[in-house]
Amino acid sequence: MTENNFWLKKMEISVSEAEKRTVRNAMNMQETYTAYLIETRSVEHTDGQSVLTDSLWRRYSEFELLRNYLLVYYPHIVVPPLPEKRAEFVWHKLSADNMDPDFVERRRIGLENFLLRVASHPILCRDKIFYLFLTQEGNWKETVNETGFQLKADSRLKALNATFRVKNPDKRFTDLKHYSDELQSVISHLLRVRARVADRLYGVYKVHGNYGRVFSEWSAIEKEMGDGLQSAGHHMDVYASSIDDILEDEEHYADQLKEYLFYAEALRAVCRKHELMQYDLEMAAQDLASKKQQCEELATGTVRTFSLKGMTTKLFGQETPEQREARIKVLEEQINEGEQQLKSKNLEGREFVKNAWADIERFKEQKNRDLKEALISYAVMQISMCKKGIQVWTNAKECFSKM
Amino acid sequence: SSRAEFDLPEYSVRRRYQDFDWLRNKLEESQPTHLIPPLPEKFVVKGVVDRFSEEFVETRRKALDKFLKRITDHPVLSFNEHFNVFLTAKDLNAYKKQGITLLTRVGESVKHVTSGYKLRSRPLEFAAIGEYLDTFALKLGTIDRIAQRIIKEEIEYLVELREYGPVYSTWSALEGELAEPLEGVSACIGNCSTALEELTDDMTEDFLPVLREYILYADSMKSVLKKRDQVQAEYEAKLEAVALRKEDRPKVPTDVEKCQDRMECFNADLKADMERWQNNKRQDFRQLLMGMADKNIQYYEKCLMAWESIIPLLQEKQENKWQVH
Repeated sequence: MTENNFWLKKMEISVSEAEKRTVRNAMNMQETYTAYLIETRSVEHTDGQSVLTDSLWRRYSEFELLRNYLLVYYPHIVVPPLPEKRAEFVWHKLSADNMDPDFVERRRIGLENFLLRVASHPILCRDKIFYLFLTQEGNWKETVNETGFQLKADSRLKALNATFRVKNPDKRFTDLKHYSDELQSVISHLLRVRARVADRLYGVYKVHGNYGRVFSEWSAIEKEMGDGLQSAGHHMDVYASSIDDILEDEEHYADQLKEYLFYAEALRAVCRKHELMQYDLEMAAQDLASKKQQCEELATGTVRTFSLKGMTTKLFGQETPEQREARIKVLEEQINEGEQQLKSKNLEGREFVKNAWADIERFKEQKNRDLKEALISYAVMQISMCKKGIQVWTNAKECFSKM
Repeated sequence: SSRAEFDLPEYSVRRRYQDFDWLRNKLEESQPTHLIPPLPEKFVVKGVVDRFSEEFVETRRKALDKFLKRITDHPVLSFNEHFNVFLTAKDLNAYKKQGITLLTRVGESVKHVTSGYKLRSRPLEFAAIGEYLDTFALKLGTIDRIAQRIIKEEIEYLVELREYGPVYSTWSALEGELAEPLEGVSACIGNCSTALEELTDDMTEDFLPVLREYILYADSMKSVLKKRDQVQAEYEAKLEAVALRKEDRPKVPTDVEKCQDRMECFNADLKADMERWQNNKRQDFRQLLMGMADKNIQYYEKCLMAWESIIPLLQEKQENKWQVH
């Protein structure tokens, strides 16, 4: 794994093809799914030529497995998201069918993007399971499952809405969690409205196609006006059909936004992890404090804290000094253990905060760069659309002028 | 005006829509063999359109101006006495009350044409005109519906845009380095929305009314064609009656002569007016459609400018201006 530090510079990864497959599943039913071809090329130093080193097929669920594994083993990393499982934020002409070729194509690009993101991440790129994902077709699923990562997973991370009363969270993470919630909300809103805008724009362009037909019919009864009308009508048809390509391009912009919508979730997961660690730490500290208190009370004979033992003692009679000694001993052991645990938890917590924040800073810069690029390309798309509009109407105007 | 019938070179008078309506009726009455230009629609559904709104008044004013110009350009109608009075009289109502019906020679005779006669067949050239007008009105009706539909779709698009732009603003408030670019995009979309609103307003005010006027024009022209048919029918019937009565041969009675005269005048006037109408129609539509194309070009140019101006803002390297969020 020594070469993995500079993966992207030496390796080229691409998801080059998608193929529909039908197979009989565990319940002996026909299942159709799409498989994606992942090709890895190694770039030779000397002549810059790339040589195909690995090529295998994976389906979406395997990508999901990979990501879930990464989430468990790298909780302090903002793990790149996968493209959406089902088509959402669709406007009426866009298919919501997972088998639709346009959807498959956009997903292929999204999956490639995911792999490139992981491969260019300074820490994730070194992961063995990731390496095997790209190189070992058979048995990979078994290998991942053998890591036992599902057992390591903190189920509480899935319970997104459960609140944990944390007394001293790192404020940066609290703020970041708010930010990721708001980012999710605003990008969802944006994508929903954009889909409606696309729908309406489509309508406007398509109705102009009707001009083409009626101008043609009208030109039939005219003498001098006929030619001008007829050719103008043709331009109206061109105008009407131009919207299909325009909106297809815009889908790429929507996909870029979606990636960050899903990234917001990943960001939230890291904040959540910190919250949970902090919670566990505070609980452990609390538990330790109460045990110490208990110990003290047992030693001095005063009962200030409620304990089950205390209650049962009251109900069933006093305990013997030997019993008390035994209990103190047990507590002291527990306290020792507890102090060790607290120390290590504290250390873990601080390590986590340090590493997580480093990755978050990296992520922020990436996000700002990427989204700026996305906005620029969106503006460029709009400019192109305006220029096309000007062209078509100028042509039509010329035809009208010849009437 | 430099014409002899007008006492003064310039006049300025106030007129209401109903005065225009009166004028048109008088013209139809006194010049039945000619094509009288249409007026903008008389009845306006209350509550749907504000009769006192600036846009409505302006649209009507332009249509009424066009109406007068068309009459002015007409070699016969422009000399009509009613028209003269309309343009000059200080107190038009007094004149109206006089109930003066100035009929031209032809007008007088056409007025008395009985409508009982049925025309066997229209001469080819007038049949062609009739067919043309039918198809023409039909196509214009379709274009009117398409134009209305486009405006409707554009307005719905505008509604969505007006929600879309501000979301970028909301997002901008969350960000640091991206705040300016996002705000810029929001403003840009706002500008495009305004440009779109201007386009739909222009189309509603300038394009649709002219289309509708031409449909009304075609309708009134078809009724003139029918009147012509009646005149011809009467002539043919009377001629036939005479042919059956052998006494008056070979001399054709003056009665029938008058009918023939009437018919030939009507045909001549109508043919001349049709030619003039075709020419004007071609110019009017040329101007109308070029105007429509122009407005769309202007809309796209405004949007283009907005988006082009934002590119430098988006590409700007923020020199640690903001805390990296």
